[in-house]
Amino acid sequence: RQELLKWNGWGYNDSKFIFNKKGQVEFTGKRYRLGGMVLPTFKEWILKTFGASLEHKTTSRASLNVNDVPPSIVNEQFLQDLRATKISYSQDAEDRVFRAHGHCLHEIFVLREGMFKRIPDIVVWPVCHEDVVKIVELACKHNVCIIPFGGGTSVSSALECPEEEKRTIVSLDTSQMNRILWIDEKNLTACVEAGIVGQDLEKQLAESGFCTGHEPDSMEFSSLGGWVATRASGMKKNIYGNIEDLVIHIKMVTPRGIVEKNCQVPRMSTGPDIHHFIMGSEGTLGVVTEVTIKIRPVPEYQKYGSVVFPNFERGVACLREVAKQRCAPASIRLVDNAQFQFGHALKPQVASIFTSFLDGLKKFYITKFKGFDPNILCVATLLFEGDREKVLQHEKQVYDIATKFGGLAAGEDNGQRGYMLTFVIAYLRDLGLDYYVIGESFETSVPWDRVLDLCRNVKERIVRECKEKGVQFAPLSTCRVTQTYDAGACVYFYFAFNYRGISDPIHVYEQIERAAREEILANGGSLSHHHGVGKLRKRWMKESISDVGLGMLRSVKEYVDPNNIFGNKNLL
Amino acid sequence: MAPPIARSPHPLPLLLQRTRRPDQSGARAWTPREGAVVVRLPRRGRANERGAGRRGGARRTMAAAAGAPTAAPGRARRGAPMYSKELTSKKRDEFEDILEERRLSSDLRYAMKCYTPVIYKGLSPCKPNALKSAVLQSEQVQYVIKQLAKETGESVDIIQEEAMEILDEMGHSMQLGAVRFFAFTLSKIFKQLFQRVCVNEEGMQRLQHAIQEHPVVLLPSHRSYIDFLMLSYLLYTYDLALPVIAAGIDFLGMKIVGELLRRAGAFFMRRSFGGNRLYWAVFAEYVKTMLRSGYAPIEFFLEGTRSRTAKTLTPKFGLLSIVMEPFFKREVFDTYLVPISISYERILEESLYAYELLGVPKPKESTSGLLKARRILSDNFGTIHIYVGQPVSLRTLASGRINRCPYNLVPRHLPQKPSEDIQEFVSDVAYKMELLQIENMVLSPWVLVSAVLLQNLPAMDFEVLIEKTLWLKGLTQTFGGFIEWPDNLCAKKAVVSGLTLHSNIACLVDGRVVLNDKGLEDGAIGEVVFRRALAILMCATYRNQLLNVFVRPSLVAIALQMTRSFRKEEVYSCFSFLRDIFSEEFIFFPGISLKDFEEGCFLLTKCDAIHTSQQEVYPTDKGSIIVSFLSAMFRPFMEAYQLIFRYLSKEAKETFTEKQFIPGVRNFVFQLLEKGNTQCYEALSSDMQKNALAALAQVGAVKKKKMSNGFTYSVNQEAVNKVLDMFDTKIPVQKPVAARL
Repeated sequence: RQELLKWNGWGYNDSKFIFNKKGQVEFTGKRYRLGGMVLPTFKEWILKTFGASLEHKTTSRASLNVNDVPPSIVNEQFLQDLRATKISYSQDAEDRVFRAHGHCLHEIFVLREGMFKRIPDIVVWPVCHEDVVKIVELACKHNVCIIPFGGGTSVSSALECPEEEKRTIVSLDTSQMNRILWIDEKNLTACVEAGIVGQDLEKQLAESGFCTGHEPDSMEFSSLGGWVATRASGMKKNIYGNIEDLVIHIKMVTPRGIVEKNCQVPRMSTGPDIHHFIMGSEGTLGVVTEVTIKIRPVPEYQKYGSVVFPNFERGVACLREVAKQRCAPASIRLVDNAQFQFGHALKPQVASIFTSFLDGLKKFYITKFKGFDPNILCVATLLFEGDREKVLQHEKQVYDIATKFGGLAAGEDNGQRGYMLTFVIAYLRDLGLDYYVIGESFETSVPWDRVLDLCRNVKERIVRECKEKGVQFAPLSTCRVTQTYDAGACVYFYFAFNYRGISDPIHVYEQIERAAREEILANGGSLSHHHGVGKLRKRWMKESISDVGLGMLRSVKEYVDPNNIFGNKNLL
Repeated sequence: MAPPIARSPHPLPLLLQRTRRPDQSGARAWTPREGAVVVRLPRRGRANERGAGRRGGARRTMAAAAGAPTAAPGRARRGAPMYSKELTSKKRDEFEDILEERRLSSDLRYAMKCYTPVIYKGLSPCKPNALKSAVLQSEQVQYVIKQLAKETGESVDIIQEEAMEILDEMGHSMQLGAVRFFAFTLSKIFKQLFQRVCVNEEGMQRLQHAIQEHPVVLLPSHRSYIDFLMLSYLLYTYDLALPVIAAGIDFLGMKIVGELLRRAGAFFMRRSFGGNRLYWAVFAEYVKTMLRSGYAPIEFFLEGTRSRTAKTLTPKFGLLSIVMEPFFKREVFDTYLVPISISYERILEESLYAYELLGVPKPKESTSGLLKARRILSDNFGTIHIYVGQPVSLRTLASGRINRCPYNLVPRHLPQKPSEDIQEFVSDVAYKMELLQIENMVLSPWVLVSAVLLQNLPAMDFEVLIEKTLWLKGLTQTFGGFIEWPDNLCAKKAVVSGLTLHSNIACLVDGRVVLNDKGLEDGAIGEVVFRRALAILMCATYRNQLLNVFVRPSLVAIALQMTRSFRKEEVYSCFSFLRDIFSEEFIFFPGISLKDFEEGCFLLTKCDAIHTSQQEVYPTDKGSIIVSFLSAMFRPFMEAYQLIFRYLSKEAKETFTEKQFIPGVRNFVFQLLEKGNTQCYEALSSDMQKNALAALAQVGAVKKKKMSNGFTYSVNQEAVNKVLDMFDTKIPVQKPVAARL
C-alpha cells in the first residue's frame, strides 16, 4: 500500500492536479470522478485568488535521500526478542520516514525540503491482537517507546516523534490487522481488527450487504483504530452517528494489560464509560486492536442535492432550523461564498454547447431573476440516504424549510460535485506547494448562536494576521458548516496564502494558525471537533478542560502506562 | 525565494486621490479589499490646495506619518502595560480652519450640499423606528421583560409598553432635514462666535478609514454644550457618518430644541437609572444594537458632564462598558475608540461655571434661557481647536489582557455583571482615553498667562508677566504640552491678544495687569469676597488646562519641599501620598504610581531642575525657581484640601450627605476669607470640595454609604487627622499674599 501512495504529499501517486500542455489544470488518474478531466477556469481562479504565478515554481525533491535520514538505533535485546516472535519488521529508511509524520503542512514541507530530526527506529507489522500483546510486553521489558500508526492521516502532529526521546522508537503499524473477524446480523454488529482502512471496511461489509456509514473525509486512508483514538466524526453522522455512537466494544492492549468489557451491549451503567478513556486517547495509553462496531444494511437509495442561499446568514439560519426540526439529511453542509467560487472554478470542461447554455440559463435565473449577488450567495450541499420513498419525502421537507430562508434548489449535480470535492481538495495542497501557496484546514464546534460571529471573526483574524506578518497577497480564508447538532455546529476553515517574499513561511503559517485558534476559543468555539489535539494543540488543553480535568486524564495515563511506553507525547 | 512584490505598506497614498470605486477584476492583491475604503476629501476642494501650497512638503510628510488606524498607539505586545506616555516630543498633526471656507461661500448651499457619508462595511441603512423595534424585540430586552413580569406579576404587555415608552423617550430620530437646518444655523452662529475652528485633517482622514472598518466610538472631551454640536457639524462638513450622541435627559426639558437635537442624532439617557433594570436593559441594548450594526459612530462623554473647571473629570465607566461589551462577546471583530480633544480659547459658559462652582445654582436648560443667551453672540470667543486622535483598537488593547472567556459559558443575551478583570480593564481603558485626550489638548498663550497671573495676585507688572509667560511656554513644551503659538507671534502680542479676548477677567491698567474683581464699588465685605472668588475661579479655569500636563513633575517638586529630604524613597512615598489624595482631582492611570514618579523626575531632570542618582533626588541650584513655581502652581489645591480636611475634622457632623457638606464647607471657608485668615479662594469651588471628599472616601478616611436617597458620609476622625497632619506639618507656611503689599 505504501507503494501506491505519495511519499511527500496526499493520497495516491497517480492522482494529482497538474498543468497540462495547454496550461490548463487537469486532474490525473482514474480513481475519482474528476480524473482525467480538464478544469478550464481553475487556473484563473488560482492566479486571482493567490496572486500566484506559473513562473514561480518550487520543486520538491524527487525522492527521499536516504543519507539524510537519521540512523536506526535499536535496542539490541529488544531486536533479538522481536526476531524470536517472528513478527515482521523493518529498519529501512523509507519505511521509517513514511511513518514519521502525519499530514500537517509543516510535516509535508519537511518532506519536500528537509528532514525530521527524529523518526522511528524500527517499524513492526503485527498481524493480530496476540502479536500486539507480545510487542507491548517486549517494549515494557526493554523500555522502548511505541507509537501506534494506523492510516497516517493525522493533522495534529500526533505521529511526530518527540525529538528528545532517547529510547528506541517502535512504530507499530496496524495495517496488517485488517480483517473483519465476524458479522453478527442479529444484533447488527461486526467485530473488526483495528488496522482496517475505511474504504476497505465499507467494501468488505458491502459484500454482505452492510455498511458502517462512518465516512470521514479521509476514509480512503484512515483506519478504524485511528478513528477510535481520535474521536473521529463522519460525514453521515446524522444517520449513523459519530465514532462514539458507533462503537459497541473496544479491545485495547496497554502496558498494564488488556482493557475490555465483559459484554457487547448497547449501553451500561457501570461508572464512567471506560470507552471514553480510550476514544480520543491519541495513542497515549495503548493500541486498539479489535473493535465491535454497529453496522446497517446498505441503503437502498442515495440522492444528492444542493440549495443556493442569498447569503451565508440565511444559510446558517436554515441549517439551524433543520437541526431544530431534527430532519437533517445524512449530510448537510453549507459553504461560504469563497468556497462556492472555488467549487465553481473546479467545474470540468463542459461536454456540449447545450450544457453550457443550460448553465448560463441557470446562472441568469439565480443572479438576475432572483437577485442573488454572486459575490455573496452561498450553497448548501445535501446527501439523502434510505428508502427511496422516505428519501423523497425527506427531501421535500428539507427543501420546504430552505425555501423559507430564501433558498433555491440548485440541483443534484452541484451537490454531488461538492462531496466529490471534499476528497479531491486534499490533493490541491500539493499543487499549491509547487507554486508558493501553502494552506491547511482546521475545524471547531460552536453553539448555534455564535456560528456567524465565529466564522466572520476567524476569517477576519486570518486576513489581518496575514497582513501583519507581511504576507504579500490577501489569503484565501474561507469556511463551511459541515455538521449540525441539536445545540451547535461543526465549522471547517480553509486557509491558504501565497508565501512569496517570506523567508520562513512555515513559521508565519503556524503563527497565523495559532492566532486563528485563539480567535476560535475567544469566540466560544472548541479546541477541536474531530481532528484531535495531538501535539499541535496541546497548549490549550488546560484552558479547554480545566486543571482538574487535565489531572484526571493524567492520572489515567499514570496508572495505565507508568513508564510512558506509549510516549508520543500527545494530548497531555 | 522569489523577490518580494512591491506593495505600499499602507493605502495612504490613496487618501489623496479622488473617489475611486474598488476594482473587482484583476489580480486580487490586497488592494481591492482596501479599495473598498473609498476615500474622499469632500470638503476641502479649494482650501486643501491652498493649504498644500502654503505648507508644501511638510503636510505631505505629516500624512505619511499619520499611518493607518490599525497602527494605533499602544499596539503593545501581549502583556505590555497599556498606558505609557511618550516622553519624547511628539509630532502632532497640523490644523486647518474649517470656518475659513464658510466665510467665503454660501451657507445655504453648504447646508443643502450632497451629503453621502461613507459608512461601515456591509451596513444596510435602517430607519430610527426600525432600530427601536429591533431593540424591543431583541432577546436581551425580551428576557428582562419576561423576568420582570415573573417577579412583579405584571403582565408582559404592560412591561413591554413601558419599554416602548422608554425607547420613545430615549431614541434619536435622525433626519437629514434637521441636520441641514443645523448645518445652516450653526454655520451662522459659529462664524459669529468664533474666529477660527481648527481641525487636524489627518485625524479626520484616519477617522474616515476607521468608520468603514469597524464600529467607532467617539470620545470627545466635554467643556461646553458646543462640543457635540461642533463635532456633528464637523463630521457633516467632512462628509462622514453623523454620530448618535448620548445626551442628558435634561435637554428634553427644552422645548423644540430637545426635539431638534433628537432629529440631529441625539439620544437621551436619564442621569441615574442604576436601580431600574428595564431601563438599563433597554438603554444598553439600544446602544449596542447601533454599535453592532455599525449604524453610526456612537458619541458620548467619558467625563459624564461638562467639566466646570476645564480640568478633565475622572471618567465614568457605565457607557464605556456598554460599548465594549459587543467586542468582549465577539459580536463585533473590533471596535475603535477615538479620543477627541476639543479646546476652547475662551469657554462660552465660563462665568456660568464660576457661579455654579460658588453655589449659585445652574439654570435649568430651557429654550428661553438659550434665547436669552443669544446676547453672547455679540461676544468673541476666539479659536476652537479640535484634535481627532488616533483611533485605538479595542482588540489591540485587550490582547493579552482578557484571556479567559467569561462569556463562553452563559448565553450572550443574559445580563451579566462584568467580571472584576473586565471592570478593571474598562477602567484602564477609560483612563487611557482621557490621558490621550489630555495629550492633544491645545493650550493657548492665555492659559500660560493666567497660570502666571494667579501666582501674582492681585496685580503684576506687564513686562514681568510677558517675561514669565515666555519662560512658562518653554517649560510647558518641555513637559509635552501642546501649545498653539503662531510661529512669529511675539510674546507681547500674544499676551495682549489674550488680555483682549479675556478682558472680562483681567485688564491692563497703568502698565500692570489687574484682575477684574471690582464689580460694585463699595459692597459689603461678603460681596467683595464673592466677586474676587468669581474672578479667580474664572481665571483658574484657564490655568487648570495646564495642570494635567504639570501634575507629575509638580507633585515631585512639592514632595521634595515637603519631605525636606533628598532620599528617593521618602520623596516617592510623599509623592505617592499626594497622588492618592489628588486622585480625583487629576487624571492618573490607575496603579502606576512609580511610573508617574519616574515620569515626574524625568521631566524635572530634563529641564535641569533636579538631579537624580540611584538613591537621591535633589534640586539643582538654578532649579529652585522651577521647583517653587511648580509647587506654587498647585498650592491652591494643597491649601484648599487642607481647609476642607480641617472642616471635616472639626466642624462636620457625624454623618452627612453631599448636599449638607458643600454649603457647610463653603460657609467655613467663606468666613475664613472674610476674616482674612486665608487667601485660598479656590477652596470655595464646589468641584474641589467634592473631589476632596471623594478622595478621602477612596483612601478610607471617610465612609461612604449608599442610602435610598443617595450617599451619606461619615468621618473617621482619626484617619482624617492623620491626613491633615501630613499636610499641616509639611506644607511650608506661606505668608498671606496681602502681607507683601
